[in-house]
Amino acid sequence: MVRHRDEAIDAMLEPFYYQKHITEKIDTARDKWNLLPAFLKVKGLIKQHIDSFNYFLETDLKQIVKANQKVCSDVDQKFWLEYTDIRVLRPTRVDEEIQPHGGSTVTPHECRLRDMTYAAPIVVDIKYRRGSTIVKRKDIQIGRMPIMLRSRNCHLKGKNESELACMNECSVDPGGYFIVRGQEKVILVQEQLSKNRVIVESFKGVTQASVTSSTHERKSKTYVLIKKDRIFVKHNILVEDVPIVIVLKAMGIQSDQEILQLVAGADKVYQDQFLINFEEVMKDDIQTQQQALEYIGSRVKIMRRPVGQYHGRNYQQEAIEALSSIIITHVPVQGMNFRPKAIYIAYMVKRVLMAIDDPKLVDDRDYVGNKRLELAGQMLSLLFEDLFKKFNNDFKARVDKVLKKANRTNELDAYEHLKLHSNHITSGMDRAIATGSWSVKRFKMERAGISHVLSRLSYVSALGMLTRISSQFEKTRKVSGPRALQPSQFGMLCPSDTPEGEQCGLVKNLALMTHITTDDDEDPVRKIVFILGAEDISCSTGVEMYRDGAYIIFINGTPIATTMQPKRFLTGFRKFRRMGRISEFVSVYINHHQAAVHIATDEGRVCRPLIIVEKCRSRVTQRHLESMRKGMMDFDDFLSRGLVEYLDVNEENDSNIALYETNIQAHTTHLEIEPFTILGAVAGLIPFPHHNQSPRNTYQCAMGKQAIGAIGYNQQVRMDSLLYLMVYPQKPLVKTRTIELIQYDKLPAGQNASVAVMSYSGYDIEDALVLNKASCDRGFGRCQVFKKTNIPLSRNINGSLDIINAGLLDLTKEQHKKLDWDGLIMKGEKVTKGDIYALKQTPLNTTPSTLLRPEGASRTIQYKNAHPSYKLPVGAVIDQVALTSSESDITNIKILTRQTRRPELGDKFSSRHGQKGVVGLIAEQADMPFSQNGVCPDIIMNPHGFPSRMTVGKMLELIAGKSGVMTGALQYGTAFLKPRDPGVQSVVEGYGSELIKHGFHYEGKDMLTCGITGEVIPSYVFTGPIYYQKLKHMVQDKMHARATGPIALLTRQPTEGRARDGGLRLGEMERDCLIAYGASQLLRERLMLSSDQHTCDVCAECGLIGYSGWCQVCESSAGVRKMVLPYAAKLLIQELGSMNVRTSLKLVEEFPASKME
Amino acid sequence: MTQPSEAELAKRRFVEFTAETIKNTSATDYPGVYPGEDHSWNIDKFRDSFQVEFHETKAFVSSFSLIGLSAPIANAFRRILIAEVPTIAIEDVYISNNTSVIQDEVLAQRMGLIPFKIDDDLFKWLKWAPAKGQPRDYNTIQLDLEVNCEWFEDGKDKYKKAGERDPRKLYKNAHVYARDFVFKPVNRQMPFVNASNDRGIPSPVFPMHPELLIAKLRPGQVIKIKTHAVKGIGADHAKFSPCATASYRLMPKIDIIKPIIGADASKFARCFPEGVISLKPVTEEQAEDENSPYAGHEGEKYAVVADAMKDPVTRECLRHPEFTDKVRLGRIQDHFIFKIESTGQFTSNDLFVEAAKVLKLKCLRAKRAIQLMNK
Repeated sequence: MVRHRDEAIDAMLEPFYYQKHITEKIDTARDKWNLLPAFLKVKGLIKQHIDSFNYFLETDLKQIVKANQKVCSDVDQKFWLEYTDIRVLRPTRVDEEIQPHGGSTVTPHECRLRDMTYAAPIVVDIKYRRGSTIVKRKDIQIGRMPIMLRSRNCHLKGKNESELACMNECSVDPGGYFIVRGQEKVILVQEQLSKNRVIVESFKGVTQASVTSSTHERKSKTYVLIKKDRIFVKHNILVEDVPIVIVLKAMGIQSDQEILQLVAGADKVYQDQFLINFEEVMKDDIQTQQQALEYIGSRVKIMRRPVGQYHGRNYQQEAIEALSSIIITHVPVQGMNFRPKAIYIAYMVKRVLMAIDDPKLVDDRDYVGNKRLELAGQMLSLLFEDLFKKFNNDFKARVDKVLKKANRTNELDAYEHLKLHSNHITSGMDRAIATGSWSVKRFKMERAGISHVLSRLSYVSALGMLTRISSQFEKTRKVSGPRALQPSQFGMLCPSDTPEGEQCGLVKNLALMTHITTDDDEDPVRKIVFILGAEDISCSTGVEMYRDGAYIIFINGTPIATTMQPKRFLTGFRKFRRMGRISEFVSVYINHHQAAVHIATDEGRVCRPLIIVEKCRSRVTQRHLESMRKGMMDFDDFLSRGLVEYLDVNEENDSNIALYETNIQAHTTHLEIEPFTILGAVAGLIPFPHHNQSPRNTYQCAMGKQAIGAIGYNQQVRMDSLLYLMVYPQKPLVKTRTIELIQYDKLPAGQNASVAVMSYSGYDIEDALVLNKASCDRGFGRCQVFKKTNIPLSRNINGSLDIINAGLLDLTKEQHKKLDWDGLIMKGEKVTKGDIYALKQTPLNTTPSTLLRPEGASRTIQYKNAHPSYKLPVGAVIDQVALTSSESDITNIKILTRQTRRPELGDKFSSRHGQKGVVGLIAEQADMPFSQNGVCPDIIMNPHGFPSRMTVGKMLELIAGKSGVMTGALQYGTAFLKPRDPGVQSVVEGYGSELIKHGFHYEGKDMLTCGITGEVIPSYVFTGPIYYQKLKHMVQDKMHARATGPIALLTRQPTEGRARDGGLRLGEMERDCLIAYGASQLLRERLMLSSDQHTCDVCAECGLIGYSGWCQVCESSAGVRKMVLPYAAKLLIQELGSMNVRTSLKLVEEFPASKME
Repeated sequence: MTQPSEAELAKRRFVEFTAETIKNTSATDYPGVYPGEDHSWNIDKFRDSFQVEFHETKAFVSSFSLIGLSAPIANAFRRILIAEVPTIAIEDVYISNNTSVIQDEVLAQRMGLIPFKIDDDLFKWLKWAPAKGQPRDYNTIQLDLEVNCEWFEDGKDKYKKAGERDPRKLYKNAHVYARDFVFKPVNRQMPFVNASNDRGIPSPVFPMHPELLIAKLRPGQVIKIKTHAVKGIGADHAKFSPCATASYRLMPKIDIIKPIIGADASKFARCFPEGVISLKPVTEEQAEDENSPYAGHEGEKYAVVADAMKDPVTRECLRHPEFTDKVRLGRIQDHFIFKIESTGQFTSNDLFVEAAKVLKLKCLRAKRAIQLMNK
């Protein structure tokens, strides 16, 4: 096995052994967490995406093609075409020859730079009929599939660090996203209610069991609900709700007794509850299956049929069709055997009856076990199947068209036609990922916002985006349920990482050790169920099913067998799984309330690994950890040896999991690998998060994504439209295990600042910070901002091209001084507002017609100047100039400008504890307080930030950091970290004694001397290093003022917004203040004179607006007066006029003549 | 006019540490003014009471005490040391070519921070550079940096055959150091080059730390830069600051009020860094004297203050209840222990003299202003 790809993680493994030597003893209680890096080594941080995509490429794609294998013609019955195989190759450029096994040199980075799509050809093998022969062809391209980075088809797969560097790729970058049209796109994880599972709900007094069936062909939702004590089946295809007894009778269960037993077993209470349903049916006099089918058939909505094939309705036929393939589609009806489906519906009824009897048995929709996470692979498979069907339809239509022609000169070769449509699939996939709107016609699905541009603000923000889960439903509903923290999220979803505001609680993030399952085959599982001695359910009666002690076994929500020994079955099943006879992701759990054993093999379940405990002993022992350290075992070995297993939420709920080895009791089944894995990657950056008030951790999760730092090892060759980099990023002094695991210490975003917590100068109120000027001089908080400008040389409709005309270069012109001989600006040149980037020209004539050209006019194209220029008020330096050509052969000149910024007043900084603040003052070093050793703080923070925020973690970070500085070691602030010495209460004690040793106070409080007066400050000041992040919000990007400037075309009012050099709005509320104050002249000035003052001629006679002293209506100039009014008012009058509303102005003398006398 | 007693004066000078606050940190609102007492300043009195003690004198690190000074004056020295004693540093950077991975601005900033030393004669001869205007020989030092990175002749062999990966062994100029700067004397600066100096290095301008890393290069990358260094002060930019740090602390004072004997004594000693407290056995005399607190403790150890100066502000002994009321910690308000770390242009001791000169100039300026005010 090639393992070189894991160099980075291997190296990471080292410090985890507490600097112990190989010969040292391993303490399982403390070192079992070593499994975590081992897990990540095998799984990777965002393996869910990659696994899902790989599954799609390997399995799902083939299944889709298998389901749509054959294309036949309606015209010529003899014609057929069959797909025998489908494969996705490795990514290529569009214009490259397809080589089935050959390598293309295309790299993801090339795609980013050239605005291409990182995609690979999809090829099929076909077999079809040409005339009388059967032709086989191989490797026919039917489209191109965007390839997820680091998936099995990606060129980056299996490359080591130096190989990646040669490809301009960062080795820390996790992959898991696509590059479409040069943009990095992530398909977010979508959270949904689980499919094919019965969910019992009680909503406004109606208790109902519903199931969303989903197969490749169809999606439908079926309800069994209770209305006025009677039970009905409800489905979209049915015009009205159908009584349950009729449905069951239609499915061939004609005897009332059998129905009652299937529905209620031998339970008298349920039987009594159900009896009324029979009475209802008696009224309609429906006894036989035929009658029932007739009844249902007459209530089936008319389906669209091909025109001309209407034969009148056959109710029985329609009912059978509806029951077999539309209602509860996921339970297959083979032949006319409705029994499994009848049992399923009866089971739904039973659940409803149970929920009525005991309202506690209603399911919780928010329970994580009832949810499924849809990943990139599934989303793409939905899309691909739709496109593939459309592709086949188009192909068929084309073939039909050709075959219809009576006299064809040559034999139809389907291959020729197949090739023609390949663009459809390519552009369909491209468009969906590029825009994020998924439209799947067969499910009538229209969803927007599935994919997003990968945020490259910092490494963490990219990582956070890849672990993000967005919720599909209930965005506007004002219920707290879906937003609340669910206890079942424990270990699966991060409790801290969620945005504030609108999306709060709906957008979630995966925890560190979660895995999301892909689909597993049901059949082998079913076999094992029967091997374990369960009885087939279709052979048992209702009484047998529901007798005391009998448990029904469900596979993916469908009852298939019963057993009398559920416990034995369960242990047996688990044993098989631990032996590796069944996939490790198949879960099994028992539900005593429903007397059911559930087995799940479906995709999208969240699960996580846990250590198995047997006989009160952890199965992972010292020996195993030792051999793992020696590299003899990896995580997969732990799995295959049955030491560790994956549990999904449902099974986890059925287990007894000990947090620490000391907590193991008689009934313990599993042991947690490491408690801090309940947090996600982003929340894992916080040191001592368990000491903070919980909202603070949530705030930090939002802010960590805005911190400026390093983006990736390839940050210098990237050309993003906006990129922030820190000049001297540092790894945090107080780190966490998560920081090491996600390699944040390799791409950090922040600096260790020496902080004094004291008040200083009054410019530090409301969380403002005081910065040391000397620190800023030396590079603290310095960052760079890269902005990209595109200069496309586009092709016009008449085929003429934009050009760069270097011939215009005239170095005597001041404007051209910064240009190179090629007419483009030079790298390294400083630019200020108005500087020309390139001598671009566009053709004067871009109209398509050439006929308009006057006779004798020269054929040379006339050009006009269209020189793009630097627009921002603050200058920059040209960092890079690149000429690229895209897939559509358009030359694009990309110019990257760079600004280097030192911190200034108003820049935003934040620690890792949700404590943000702006710079309020940059003080001289001489004015800063200094300690006994002469150390000046870099930052002074106001102590009022602490009491109300309760961020004790920040104080611990300071103390830990300070002791780390003194001892020269990086300290750990991992969540839930226990002190190593069992006799010590808390880790702080250790840090405190370390501080005392080095001549500091044990609480970290130092005596400082005031730099201004030179006297000792009369209180001790809490001083030490804290990791500070510089956030992307900088004053330079926000400051804005305007005296005069551009106005909007329509209203003639000042434009809005900084980007358009807009005015500052005096809004309604400000207006109210001025009115209340009585400042009428100020009001007049602000709202009219300084805005859209307009002078016009108004006719006093008719009240309409005239012009040039003339009233067109009165045809006189007698009453025309000059008037000043806001242009918007004049506009309103005219717009009303256009709607036939006459608005006349009544004029009154301002200074009436009578009064004057 | 009454004169306060010695004890009273000592009490006034004493800055006392308690567990949570520091008492008597400053003088009163009117420093040195007490009702009914004469504390008028007088040069003779000052000369008599003022003392200087040297603790450590190395070329670039020195430590000494100024005793009998008031805090504002001591602080003035500190502030001037940090911000107002001029040195030279690179101010303007003219980049002809920079193909390294470090961006121009960052490289320029790094260069600014390199501490350079120039010969004293040249330094004294140099004048301030005007904010705007042409650089002249009397105000600008030109330093050039021209580095080309390329493979060593045997580099490629080493890489392939020996598997050598250390860039410094493979490429010439893989690392650019401060020593790579070349001083380019112009016009009247020439004589200073030829002037004999005691270092045996012909250049009168050189980096204090020749091994200071500026950038890393790979074959094919070039840095070609011309820089102008000028005289400046730390208040303008930290790069001009002549000291790494200059600060002072007050002289610690530990008063053991009641004797600490036996196990307590050794615990007490452990509360301080080594050498602050020493343990002494109770002598026979002390033990026999019934009035002495040591009575009956003969042979046992008791704590004595050995070297208070070594005491940082751990205040550890205030944490333990057994020492309450037995010890008083504090500082002496008018005893300043200075520590000056120079970056190279001046030796640490000279630096203080330079600061004094600046202070004197400032005083003269103030005096002139006051005289003008009176006119």
